[in-house]
Amino acid sequence: MSQVMIKELVPRRELVDPGHLACPGCGAPLAMRLVLKELGEKTIVVLPACCWSIIAGPYPQSSLHVPLYHTAFETAAAVASGIRAALDVRGDTDTTVMAWAGDGGTFDIGLQALSGAAERNEDFLYVCYDNEAYMNTGIQRSSATPWGAWTTTTPRSQPQGTKKKDILSIMAAHRIPYAATACVSYPADLLEKVRKAKSIRGTRFLHILSPCPPGWKFSDEQSIEMGRKAVQNRIFPLMEVEDGIRWRFTMETDGDRVEPYIKAQGRFRHLTDEDMVRIQDEVNARWEYLERMVASSP
Amino acid sequence: MKKVIVGNHAVSLGVKLARVEVVSAYPITPQTQVVEMLSEMCASGELAARFIKVESEHSAMAACCGASAAGTRTFTASSSQGLALMHEMLHWAGNGRHPVVMANINRAMGPGWNVWTDQNDSLSQRDTGWIQLYCETNQEVLDTTIQAFKLAEAVDLPVMVILDAFYLSHTSEPVEIPDQDLVDEFLPRREARLKLDTSDPRSFGSLVRPEDYMEMRWDQQQAMTTALRMYEEIDADWKILTGRRWGAIEPYRMDDAELVLVTSGTVTSTAREVIDQRREDGEMIGLLKVKMFRPFPSAAIRRALRGVDRVAVLDRNVSPGHSGIFAEEIRAALYDVPPDDRPWLHGYVLGLGGRDVTPATIEEIIERAWAVDTPPREDLWVGLKT
Repeated sequence: MSQVMIKELVPRRELVDPGHLACPGCGAPLAMRLVLKELGEKTIVVLPACCWSIIAGPYPQSSLHVPLYHTAFETAAAVASGIRAALDVRGDTDTTVMAWAGDGGTFDIGLQALSGAAERNEDFLYVCYDNEAYMNTGIQRSSATPWGAWTTTTPRSQPQGTKKKDILSIMAAHRIPYAATACVSYPADLLEKVRKAKSIRGTRFLHILSPCPPGWKFSDEQSIEMGRKAVQNRIFPLMEVEDGIRWRFTMETDGDRVEPYIKAQGRFRHLTDEDMVRIQDEVNARWEYLERMVASSP
Repeated sequence: MKKVIVGNHAVSLGVKLARVEVVSAYPITPQTQVVEMLSEMCASGELAARFIKVESEHSAMAACCGASAAGTRTFTASSSQGLALMHEMLHWAGNGRHPVVMANINRAMGPGWNVWTDQNDSLSQRDTGWIQLYCETNQEVLDTTIQAFKLAEAVDLPVMVILDAFYLSHTSEPVEIPDQDLVDEFLPRREARLKLDTSDPRSFGSLVRPEDYMEMRWDQQQAMTTALRMYEEIDADWKILTGRRWGAIEPYRMDDAELVLVTSGTVTSTAREVIDQRREDGEMIGLLKVKMFRPFPSAAIRRALRGVDRVAVLDRNVSPGHSGIFAEEIRAALYDVPPDDRPWLHGYVLGLGGRDVTPATIEEIIERAWAVDTPPREDLWVGLKT
């Protein structure tokens, strides 16, 4: 993607102020900035407990130029349902309601409300910005933490022993009109997906990988590079699923080795060569599963 | 128009007359008839509301918070375990100053599973920042439901309308249904002072540091104080329109009473019967019904009970390790009465888990209250099997 094309693709409006409270190198404000560029001013954001509860700024400030409703950890999808109903009943059908939750609020504590809303096909966009642990409370494991990773509740002597939950398949299984993955390292792909999601009615789910320098243990300036490594090495494939049945990759990958990604992050520093083989096998298996889903799509 | 309806349908009809815009609810016995009837009304278009059929009570209250923050008149209903599951979001509605109205059908908490009435479910939510209004009859349920929206929206606080399981929820009584025009005049469409609005973007519920948090709680406390006065005004307006008013408290046959029973909910009706009979027989006995539990009408209760010899508080609830909860609150309110005018307070715990409270139960309490010749030290549990 050339610089010129990027300039044309990315809307100029800025709905996130630079004075937000994210850590240096955080992927989460970049994700919000890009998503809101595409959604525009007529957006209401629902924010459960997550890093963004802080990034948005304390009372009486806000780093966003759109209305924002902070809510309890597990309620993003339910609150978004309520706001949507209120807008609809008063005849406002063109404002977008966006729930914006972290991986803890999506994969773990918020999954019930999200499943309920998706089953009802509530008309909102749900974005999970995934930094693969409870980062805001100090790097505790979630069910989005990858196997083998260190966190403050999975010490190096007993690192994360379970596989990352496959949230995309879970959401696709609800047969919602649109579910996709994206990464802040690929803004054109991300914006295209937001544009598409905005044009669809019903529940739309966007899973954005958001690299976290203090949580993953890499230096601030490497966030974009870390996202590229995840995508290019099939650890976080970029794809979309329509109506739960039409699966499609949206980005070619140029590698299939996990090592460059794993070795670049301190949270995996304790892993052995055997562990690396195990992670590679897991990534290969998931990639094959996704290829089958794509190949069998109508 | 007069109709014979159950308490649950009195709630639904009140909600319809209030032209609620968003309903979000989850089924639980004995509340289900409320939402079944509302579902039919929404489906037929009789009520132009969106009904969000959520997957839990927690989400029901979360959705109500969202809908209310977006400026619409919002309603839910629940009971017991469902209300307990909502607890976190009850705080959210209270502290968030969302004027949500809910009906809670008083049902005992498990285990053991018990679908019958007592007040421990709603009283456990005492400190969540909700106004609580306890009802005695189905007419009161319908009227209070409509009044609740007016009160909630006047002070930006959520209101819980509370009725006894089965004794009201499933019992048919004649109820005067007000005309829609009358209710429209009383309760115009909600115009929120602040709401989620893309033309005026604001942040709701963000991180609040110690230097600002207390002022928010103080504002909430002031709103509760205003609600005490506001309810009397709203109730007076309702009387002009319908001829009926209910009062935060209702003194009944209290002239020169030496013994006063304090009740809430349907126990009140049973007590009225007994008191009527005893008054006929010349006994100096009266009744004080407490409708409003939060904000607690302490001053009005003090005025009503000052100078009475003995007060017997009937609690269909208990705070384990302490006492009946109304007794505890009234005891605290009476502390400000000078000792010479301060009544003895007798607490009676009764009717838990739906155990019937009959005229004989009330008679027993009255006999005990007269018989005691020192101030009682602890509550008596009435009707316990030994």
